[in-house]
Amino acid sequence: MKKWDIKDINSWGWRDHPLGGTIPESGNAATYPTGGWRSQRPVRDDEACNDCLICFIFCPEIAISAEEDKIGEINLYHCKGCGICARECPRKAIEMVDEVEAQSKERGEN
Amino acid sequence: MPKPAAVVGTDAVAEAMRQVQPDVVAAYPITPQTAIVETFSQMVANGEVHTEMINVESEHSAMSACIGAAGGGARVMTATSSQGLALMWELLYIASGLRLPIVMPNVNRALSAPINIHCDHSDSMGARDSGWIQLYSENAQEAYENTIQAMRISEHQDVLLPTMVNLDGFIISHSTERVDFYEDEKVRNFVGEYKPHYSLLDPENPVSMGNFDSLGGFYFELKRAQEEALENSFPIIEKVGEEFGKEFGTHYGLIESHYLEDAQVALVALGSAAGTAKFVVNKMREQGHPVGLLKLRVFRPFPAETLRKTLAHIPVIGVMDRSLTFAGSQGGPVFNEMRSVFYELDNRPRIESIVYGLGGRDLGPELIEGHLHELLQGRYTEGVKYLGLREGENK
Repeated sequence: MKKWDIKDINSWGWRDHPLGGTIPESGNAATYPTGGWRSQRPVRDDEACNDCLICFIFCPEIAISAEEDKIGEINLYHCKGCGICARECPRKAIEMVDEVEAQSKERGEN
Repeated sequence: MPKPAAVVGTDAVAEAMRQVQPDVVAAYPITPQTAIVETFSQMVANGEVHTEMINVESEHSAMSACIGAAGGGARVMTATSSQGLALMWELLYIASGLRLPIVMPNVNRALSAPINIHCDHSDSMGARDSGWIQLYSENAQEAYENTIQAMRISEHQDVLLPTMVNLDGFIISHSTERVDFYEDEKVRNFVGEYKPHYSLLDPENPVSMGNFDSLGGFYFELKRAQEEALENSFPIIEKVGEEFGKEFGTHYGLIESHYLEDAQVALVALGSAAGTAKFVVNKMREQGHPVGLLKLRVFRPFPAETLRKTLAHIPVIGVMDRSLTFAGSQGGPVFNEMRSVFYELDNRPRIESIVYGLGGRDLGPELIEGHLHELLQGRYTEGVKYLGLREGENK
């Protein structure tokens, strides 16, 4: 697969763009942050989780990974905070918490 | 050898479509375009043409399916009229914005209300800023030949824009005329093979089309590039027209000039009205009157430079519009653009706006002849001349 070099795209002139705004590369949505849209953050209680992988299947953003039947991290770079994982979890192991509060906690504020 | 046949305009267009043999046609029937879709789908059913015919539930879906198919790298055609074109509106801009070379015959019909199925250019003129190339046909032969050429123009790598081939509702679409059809193989060779610039169905080169362009994105740049492509289509339209002439005998350009060199009064017309006007000009020339005609074949892109060169020496020009620009007695769209062409000249011709034929009102030769005599005698209309309108007694 060709890589599309868009390092200087902001300085490209109108003649430089691909025809009709087509993106000549696949899979580059992975580099696009959508986590900034989130107002609610999923927090998983790993004690309650039994790796049923239902959240992995339901996550519309593929923000939850799974490997060898084990649930992985929730990728906050892509998680939009829709809450589907929390709603679908049969063991109520995922809780949606306020994003702003979660962030201040991370910064060590109260 | 061309094979002559007596056919209606819609059959001439369907035959062009069969010969071009697009990969996909998605269309919805609407008067007066219906016969194109009926005839073409019959050809598909009979196995006379190998096209994937998609029957859809509306024109909005028709153009959507065309865009999807063209995005997948297919050669695509559809056809419509009037309200159908109006329902396609948002998709017209997407087809041109994504640079998809879709070809669409449009059988010109009035937009409602009042509901009226007859010839009028309000449908295609309303779509004049949608980024499509617009060709206008004088008769069934031209509708056939424009449809063939449109595919080559659209698919040219310097253009890659959709083209609308206009033909007048009923006057052309439902009148029986002699049309000379060319051999299938010759037409197919002329149109050539289509190699899409991008294709969604090419797994070796994955692409994503119709992407979101956020604030700080490149919408402005892409629109500028689109305008450039339309500008680039001038020489391509001319080149394809010339090559068509070499292959089949009839040469096409951006315009057709008729007795303009020494004309004192000229008319500008597009579509079937140009044929009627030509008949009148020929007759009046025989009587010694210095009148001429410019037939506008290409309205988008607007051939301003060619028009300036061809018409600047003529003192009086009547510009005929079969639709209105609702701006408060400002005439029609062709008139407004034509007037702008001469603005920068020191000696500008007098440009008169003639609005005629709305909702299929007949434009007989006597109407054109009478008006040309008025213009020759210097009796100009202030504002807009409504040719063929019932003025009534109460003023």
